[in-house]
Amino acid sequence: MVEIRNLRKTFGPTVAVDDVSFDVAKGEVLGFLGPNGAGKTTTMRVLTCYIPADSGTARVAGFDTYAESIEVRRRIGYLPESAPLYLDMGVMEYLSFVASIRGLPKSMRERRIADMVELCNLGSVRHKTVGELSKGFRQRVGLAQTLIHDPDVLILDEPTTGLDPNQIVQIRELIRRIGREKTVLLSTHILQEVEATCSRVQIIDNGRLVAQGTTEELTRFAVGERRVVVRYRAAAGDVEPRLRELGGVSGINALDSEEPGTCRYEVIADETDGLEERLFRLAVESGWVLTELRPETRSLEQVFQSLTRGEVV
Amino acid sequence: MGSVAPIFKKEFLGYFQSPIAYIFLTVFLILMHGLLFWATGFLVIGQADLRDFFGLMSIVLVFFVPAISMRLWAEEMKLGTMELLMTFPVRDWEAVIGKYLAALAMIALAILLTIPLPITIGLFGNPDAGPIIGGYLGALLLSAAYLAIGAWTSSTTSNQIISFILGLLILLVASLGLDWIRQFSPGWLATWLAYFSLRTHFDSIARGVVDIRDVVFYLSVIGFFLYLNVRSVESRKWS
Repeated sequence: MVEIRNLRKTFGPTVAVDDVSFDVAKGEVLGFLGPNGAGKTTTMRVLTCYIPADSGTARVAGFDTYAESIEVRRRIGYLPESAPLYLDMGVMEYLSFVASIRGLPKSMRERRIADMVELCNLGSVRHKTVGELSKGFRQRVGLAQTLIHDPDVLILDEPTTGLDPNQIVQIRELIRRIGREKTVLLSTHILQEVEATCSRVQIIDNGRLVAQGTTEELTRFAVGERRVVVRYRAAAGDVEPRLRELGGVSGINALDSEEPGTCRYEVIADETDGLEERLFRLAVESGWVLTELRPETRSLEQVFQSLTRGEVV
Repeated sequence: MGSVAPIFKKEFLGYFQSPIAYIFLTVFLILMHGLLFWATGFLVIGQADLRDFFGLMSIVLVFFVPAISMRLWAEEMKLGTMELLMTFPVRDWEAVIGKYLAALAMIALAILLTIPLPITIGLFGNPDAGPIIGGYLGALLLSAAYLAIGAWTSSTTSNQIISFILGLLILLVASLGLDWIRQFSPGWLATWLAYFSLRTHFDSIARGVVDIRDVVFYLSVIGFFLYLNVRSVESRKWS
């Protein structure tokens, strides 16, 4: 649905987006993750035909964002960062303006606006002007605006910034619901957001893509090995050599056991399968009591940090 | 062309969504009436003519038009709505024309609301419809040219005050300023300055002589500044 190839955009000496290529498949919710200033907004602005790229191509539903810009714009709904709206306009009046400028036939407008009010829960504010609304409601008006012409692709730039926790939950729920039918590209610098709403993640830093995959894939990718924390009720002197001999184990780190008479290790293996099982069998064979066996998962947060700090993973 | 109408409608009604439109209309009418009575004292002397009225209008419009046009683009940039507007399926020139026509409609409304004045003057003096129609046609062309300049200055900044002051300065120079310099200029320069002064063309139309060259002059000014306006809106793509 969205194809970006070798996209590059500079602002004077600053390279905002550098050779970025990725796809968003139909029906997918792709999280576009990166620290502030990484190039997310610039990529989205190229994709929405607001600015052209220096080189490379971006296509939406097969149409080129530069050469066939009007066709592309018809097929996308865009929510720029911080949901800019005309503050003097009434909510319904604004939606009606967007419906008409989006070229919806008159006969459909009222119907679509009513649907959007329903979908985005705007019923209680329909008689207010946009300037009177809270940030959460403005964001929902912004989302209603992106959906009114039933676009194929939604592009949402940081849709939850500046919202309180309850509003964030509501907006995410709304995005998840929308994502069942639409192709969504969503940028954020908040990791929970990606885990909560996206099926796939694309990490960008300093204008370059540094990683991509599902959230689980990324976590595993960044770790690249399996780590398990294990605790046996046995003497450390007995346990340590046996662990080192265990198949597939590439290293162990002694940890503070926090309990007298036990010893605790972090076991690192190259192979990802069956490590817990072998650790359990070791306990049975040696007659040790196993008091802890826990896979060490690195959160997406740590993955993100290590990727965007330029550490080799 | 399909997107001109929704933008026109949004902009024109936008003037009435806040007290702006009413304040502008009231101030314009008070200025026109007040200044005319004060400057000419025509009720006392009983011999003011339409030239005073339209001459005054051409000066009041220098201040009034930039006040109407200052928000056209500056506000979009301030609010960030520009980014959304320019990603709707709207061509840059459609947005420029839609906004321009909306502001022009607003100004035309203000100008037409003064109609009782020349009619009153006509009753006192010479009740000839020709100069009245010519004067209004001239005033519309003149304010359309002022507006093209004001709309362009609005597209160069996100600050409405800067847009207003810049527009006012250009208009002051292009109308009153050139007329003033002309008085001290040698003949050949004076002819040139007269040609470029926005108001001299208005004077001849307001006398009831609609010369096609004057009309072409105004249309060229409008075309030129609307073109600059489109380029200025496009300039986001150049960096």
